[in-house]
Amino acid sequence: MEVRDRVRAFLDEHDPSAMSRTEFLGARFDAGLAWVHFPQGLGGLGASREQQGVVEQLLAGTPGPDGRQGIGLGMAAPTILAFGTEEQKKRYLRPLWTGEEIWCQLFSEPGAGSDLAGLATRAVRDGDDWIVDGQKVWTSGAHYADWAILVTRTDPDVPKHQGLTYFICDMHAGGVEVRPLRQITGEAEFNEVFLTGVRLGDELRLGKVGEGWRVAQTTLMNERVAIGGGRTERGGGIIAPVLQTWRDHPELRTHDLHRRLLSLWVEAEATRLAGARLREQLTAGVPGPEGSAIKLAFSKLNQELSGLEVELRREDGLTYGDWTFRRSDEVAMFSRDAGYRYLRAKGNSIEGGTSEILRNIVSERVLGLPQEQRADKDVPWKDLPR
Amino acid sequence: MSLLYSDLQEELRGSVRALLADRCPPSAVLARVETDTPYDLDLWRALTTEIGVAGLLIPESLGGAGATPGEAAVVLEELGRSCAPVPYLTSSVLATTLLLRSGTPAAEKLLADLASGASTAAVAVSLATSPYDVKSSGVTVTADGLTGTVTGVAGAEPADVVLVPADGKIHAVTDFTVHTQVSLDQTRPIATIELDSARSTRIAPDTEPLTYALSRTAALLASEQVGVAEWCFDTTLAYVKERKQFARPIGSYQAIKHRLADLWLDIAKARATARNAAEDDPDEITIAVAQAWTSPVTVHAAEECVQLHGGIGMTWEHPAHLYLKRAKADSIALGTQGDHQDTLAKAANIPATPHGTGH
Ligand SMILES: Cc1cc2nc3c(=O)[nH]c(=O)nc-3n(C[C@H](O)[C@H](O)[C@H](O)COP(=O)(O)OP(=O)(O)OC[C@H]3O[C@@H](n4cnc5c(N)ncnc54)[C@H](O)[C@@H]3O)c2cc1C
Repeated sequence: MEVRDRVRAFLDEHDPSAMSRTEFLGARFDAGLAWVHFPQGLGGLGASREQQGVVEQLLAGTPGPDGRQGIGLGMAAPTILAFGTEEQKKRYLRPLWTGEEIWCQLFSEPGAGSDLAGLATRAVRDGDDWIVDGQKVWTSGAHYADWAILVTRTDPDVPKHQGLTYFICDMHAGGVEVRPLRQITGEAEFNEVFLTGVRLGDELRLGKVGEGWRVAQTTLMNERVAIGGGRTERGGGIIAPVLQTWRDHPELRTHDLHRRLLSLWVEAEATRLAGARLREQLTAGVPGPEGSAIKLAFSKLNQELSGLEVELRREDGLTYGDWTFRRSDEVAMFSRDAGYRYLRAKGNSIEGGTSEILRNIVSERVLGLPQEQRADKDVPWKDLPR
Repeated sequence: MSLLYSDLQEELRGSVRALLADRCPPSAVLARVETDTPYDLDLWRALTTEIGVAGLLIPESLGGAGATPGEAAVVLEELGRSCAPVPYLTSSVLATTLLLRSGTPAAEKLLADLASGASTAAVAVSLATSPYDVKSSGVTVTADGLTGTVTGVAGAEPADVVLVPADGKIHAVTDFTVHTQVSLDQTRPIATIELDSARSTRIAPDTEPLTYALSRTAALLASEQVGVAEWCFDTTLAYVKERKQFARPIGSYQAIKHRLADLWLDIAKARATARNAAEDDPDEITIAVAQAWTSPVTVHAAEECVQLHGGIGMTWEHPAHLYLKRAKADSIALGTQGDHQDTLAKAANIPATPHGTGH
């Protein structure tokens, strides 16, 4: 049966108004219409990624995943699919998709950001368990997450990339402490997370011991596509609110802004088409380093367009929605005011790999240019200067 | 609609590329630019007889291959990669599209000759004409025939017939004089066409086919530009990997790596817009986006190519300048970035400043 027909049949049998969001999403998972490029039985149909567009189109307007689920959907799920055991896939993917369980990402540390492989959080074997100690930082949504994807150091005596192991971390486990970090927007979307003697069973390990870097690469490649590779319509995405303001307020228009807006409109459309072309190239599986490039394009656009909008709004641009310190209840750009978008977009070129690091990745892994001269490759992690 | 290339298109690309590698190396293109035969007619004959490029857009009933713009676009990419001095864009795309759009018996008769490459046509308008602002030509029509001068015409030298807009109609003329102008783009020079009581055949009763053809050619020009940009990028990438300064390849310096990463991404976007504009029936926005994005990116690629080659990039001997000149000329051809953006303002409802209320 064609994907299109499956969606129609699914809609015939499931009336979203007659069931809860969770039930509807659960039924969608069971019908293989969550992520069609996943295997059957795990929310997919083993179809091509591009078919997902057909599904989204036909299911537009029905209850979908929300902003809190971004890390689970975009990063944890493809990593679990690629490296998880059958039990792990069966256990975690469905509630991740329905939103019954929320995920966060425990990667960055105070001493390891761009240089993620230098991280210091230790996991030490204790019988069938692992004991984790360390500090993570910039953890978006840790305050409402149930699970985390976590990278730890299990062997400090080998070079840094070789001594890492990847885990699923129970955010409700003893020894996990989450403290909010206030952002330039005024609120706290991210946190610092202290891990003190956290006990994780070996069944929470994702991939082999010492294989953590390879697993993390899968997460990061997917993260970048998740941040940058979303489907939009012409004139949609971050440019939509700017166009709305432009059309609603002829009195704000200037010749200079008009030219800049037209240039950005063209850039947004070129980026959208390049993303569509990239998705066509991706067969089911792990996105390559090309996906990182789309995130680079996306963050530049978000920043320039949100900046233009604040300027366009003139006096209104001098105001701000709300500086009250509070914990964000999701990561959302579009439901917010222009000033918020402007400030939040600054994070786009930092989170998920900074734009500088992404340019390194494109130039080295896509274009084959020589690596920077490095002092940290063949030295045991414990002997690196820090 | 797919933005990728079909197998058939890749096959076509392969044959065009192989033929150009053989008969159109940069040294040959360079050697020709200061002669009085700017177009390589032997190469053109090979492309038309061995591969049949001239008839791609012409239906089989008129002796062509009945292919789609997607195929013509691939040919243009390859010709752009070589800065090949052949009248493909001007005859097999612009003039051909005009004739197809007119669809008159006289037009169909000409198409049958163009399809095989036996005959070549040019359109007597300046290459700098914007599809959104087609002015009348200054050629007058009297009982004696057509009289007047048209400047800035590309592909005139090898043309057997020129299609002349005059008096609100389009005429085919075989009796004309061509004076090549000293041109920025030496691999596609512009020329002045003079008509002196020239006899003509009526091709179309109005100039709509001209506007249409200019717009569709602008759509496909983006693919030529992608080819130009791609050559500049590939050549530069190879050079920075091999050239060493301070005891390491210059391509290991982040200042250069990051510029090339950005350029690569810009070209990836250009390719996506050009593929989109090479669909069968692109709308105005699709064409304007392809031009408004690809033109400046291609010029930038050629400029980076010169810069990152250092002194050798400034020499006549290195082919980079041929691409810079083509890129710059292409950015003016068939509407500038600004012209296409102005069209977007209307087509995508991004209105300009209302009179009197702007700041
Ligand atoms: C809004 C937001 C949300 C985030 N959410 C999460 C999350 O949920 N989970 C998580 O684990 N992390 C998260 N992060 C962290 C993010 O991944 C890191 O901030 C990022 O990887 C950069 O690390 P850093 O902050 O240590 O900066 P550094 O790595 O110290 O970088 C500082 C500057 O140096 C530059 N730089 C570093 N190395 C190089 C180099 N080799 N060449 C050139 N320039 C270089 C960087 O580009 C940057 O400009 C989030 C960050 C933000 C802003």
